[in-house]
Order: sequence, then C-alpha cells, then structure tokens
Amino acid sequence: MGVIALAWWQLALAALMVVALAGCTVLARLGMGRRLLVAAARTVIQLGLVGLVLEALFSVARFHWVALMALGMLLIAGREVTARQTRRLRGGWAFGIGTVAMFLSSFTVTVLTLTVIIGPEPWYRPQYAIPLLGMMLGNTMTGVALALDRLTDTAWRQRAVIENRLMLGQRWQEAIGDIRREAMRSGMMPMINAMAAAGVVSLPGMMTGQILAGSPPALAVKYQILVMFTITLGTGFGTLAAVAAGSRRLFDGRERLRLERLSAPRD
Amino acid sequence: MPATEALRLDRLSVGDLAPVSLTLAPGEILCLSGTSGSGKSRLLRAVADLEPHGGEAWLGETAQSSLAGHAWRARVMLVPAESQWWADTVGEHLPEARRDDLEALGFSPEVCDWQVARLSSGEKQRLALLRALSREPAALLLDEPTANLDDATARRVEAWLCARIRARGWPVIWVAHDPAQIARVADRHRRIVEGRLEEAGAWA
Repeated sequence: MGVIALAWWQLALAALMVVALAGCTVLARLGMGRRLLVAAARTVIQLGLVGLVLEALFSVARFHWVALMALGMLLIAGREVTARQTRRLRGGWAFGIGTVAMFLSSFTVTVLTLTVIIGPEPWYRPQYAIPLLGMMLGNTMTGVALALDRLTDTAWRQRAVIENRLMLGQRWQEAIGDIRREAMRSGMMPMINAMAAAGVVSLPGMMTGQILAGSPPALAVKYQILVMFTITLGTGFGTLAAVAAGSRRLFDGRERLRLERLSAPRD
Repeated sequence: MPATEALRLDRLSVGDLAPVSLTLAPGEILCLSGTSGSGKSRLLRAVADLEPHGGEAWLGETAQSSLAGHAWRARVMLVPAESQWWADTVGEHLPEARRDDLEALGFSPEVCDWQVARLSSGEKQRLALLRALSREPAALLLDEPTANLDDATARRVEAWLCARIRARGWPVIWVAHDPAQIARVADRHRRIVEGRLEEAGAWA
C-alpha cells in the first residue's frame, strides 16, 4: 500500500488557510500576523531544502556525509539553545556547554540505538540515523535550553540567598543545590509529560507519519516507544550534564558566585 | 575552648578602598563606620572571600588562599545586614541552636517550628546571628547586626554578642553607625574617610 502523493497545489491550499489565519490575527490586532507568515515561510524553505539534502544524502549514503550532516544539526541546535536563554553565560560558555551536553547525550544514545537495538546495515544508514538524531536533538535541545534558562535566571534572582548560604560555610554545590535540582526538573518535565500523555491525549508525530506511510500500527507503536525512550534518555542525560557544567561555571575556583559571567537580557 | 587565633588583613584591597592592613587579637572587637557606599560591606565581603580582591587575609597561621573557599568562610563568618532564608521553617536553618542562646535572644524553643515567612525583620536579624554563631566559627564579621532592632532589644543582643565573643575569643569586625553602641562594644574604632581607614579613637 503506497502513500497518496501530495502535489504542490494541494499544499498551496493549506498555505492559503494559513494566510487567512494571518489576516484574522491582523484584524484582531494580535500583532503577530507578520511573525506567523515569516515562520510559515521558514517552514516551507527549510523543509524544502532539507528534503533536497536528504535525497542527496540517501543516494550517496557515505559515512562522512552523514557525519557532516549530524555536525551541522548539532551546531544549529547549540545556537538555538543559546538563543533561548534570557541570561546566558558569556564568552561562548552558553553555546559550549549546551552543545557539548547535547553531543554527549544525543550522539551516544543515537549511536547505541543504531548499533545495538535497530541494527541497520551499515549502522549509519542515513534513512535511520538522520531522522533518529533529528528527533533526539530537537527534544534534547528543548530540555537543555529550558534547564539552563531556569538555572541562570533563578541564580540571578536568588543571588542574595546563594551568597548567604556561602557565608555560612556551605560548599557551592550545596548553596545552589535547590536551584540546580529545580533546573534539572524543568528540563526533564516536558519529556516525562509527553510519555505520560502518549497515545491518550495525542498520537505522537512519528508514529502518525509511519502509519500514514503504510506501516502496520503495531510496528509503528514499537518504533514510537523506542524513540520516546531514547529521547528521554538523551534529554535526561543532556539536561543533567548541562546543568552540572553550567552551575559550576557560575562559581569560580574560590567558590564565589560570579554572576557577572552572565549577560544582561537583550530587551 | 576559646579560640586563640588572630585575624590579620595584609594589604587587602577591594573596590575604591585603599589597601587595608590590620591585626585583630583574639576577642578583640573593631568597629567600622563610614557613610553608606564607602565600602564597609565590600571590605567584609572581601575578608570572607566572597568577591575577588587583592592582598591576603590570615587567621592565625592559616592564609585565606590556602583553604578552600567554603572552609575559610565557615571559619571567618560574615553575617550580612539582610539575612536570607531558603527553607520553610526556622528549625531547618538552625539544626544545633542551643536553648540558652534562644532564650537570651528572646525566643522560646518553639521558634524552630515557625514559618520563616511570618518572621519580622528584627526576628530574622536575631535568628541570623544565632544561625551564624551556632556554626562555631573562628572569627566574626558583623554587618550592622542590630540595625532592625528597637533600642531595648538592640542592647540585649549587643550584650549577648559581646559575652559570646569574649567567651569564645573571636576576633570581630563590627560595622556600626550608632556612636553610643560603638562606645559600648568597640576595643578599637576605624572610620572610612575618602577611601581610607582612619583611626577614630574614642567617640564618647
């Protein structure tokens, strides 16, 4: 059973409805008609380009091209993590910590899943590797960004509390312990919520896609479970690593709180 | 066992303040005064190693830089003008508070079950002193320890502090504004004038 082909003119119909929505938001003075249209245009262009790239990648299926694509995805995710923080660590640390944390968790889990669990031939076969890594990175990115934003923002607000705890002779880990735990929780919460609601409230996107493409639902469900577990692993370990490194960077070698290492918010 | 270690500042410099060198004998109270913004609190923060600074501080034969930050601060304890509380109840911050100390400061032992949120600023200040002292430091840095208290309570807290300081032999830097209080508690008095510490002598 094949998939029903979609023609561009059929997409144009959907696009027309988005334009109609933009018109309505302008009438309602929500002030986001322009942003909506720009985001919609970005979707078309970005996905169109990635389609071309994937077509080319699938036809060559060479390891170094797959690795290059993965590296590009990682760097863009790192940039996105940085952009989503109100107060970020200066001097490239926000980007560095976010990117390294995502690399360690997402790449390790993806490679493990490919080699040990799914086992395509060769293991880096782009039809499996790239979508899997994309889903991992997308979710890990959200978790890491949320956690780091929570960490730096709370540390900023609670400066006096942290310093008072230091004055009483507490180690830096203890003085920022509550904030660290809160940040880790907020990074892992979306994934835990998604697992709890999966299939009851929403049908996960990947499973839906597989079913639309003609897979039997039982197989689609197995893949979905696997993907949700790996995403949770990636997000969890990524968040833990990012918060551990980020909170260490808020203190210096003398265990002093150094909030001047955070940049001021832009707005 | 009273502590016998002196607190010595060796060309300690922070902010706009000229480098400060002074020695405090065990049990000696040095009062520090000066207009607001003159750098009193920053000097205390530097002695406690809470911000980057020049020079060195010594507790007896131990240099500040030879200990880990938290270990130094556990010995040279700063009590800030505004205390902060992180847990819900008072007791979680005061695991080893002694009953006689609580009573000396006007609290009953039930204070440990109180919610931090319902403490007044004066109660917070007294409990913050108790919280710091119950951790058995070796030197004290007090930033306006009686600022939020009425006169009678201030005298009571002052007397309790002095008794504990003499008994334990802690060297103390005490930031104060009230000339009468300085006259009562200080062994020595220095004033910050134009970024320098000046010998102020007796006030009263």
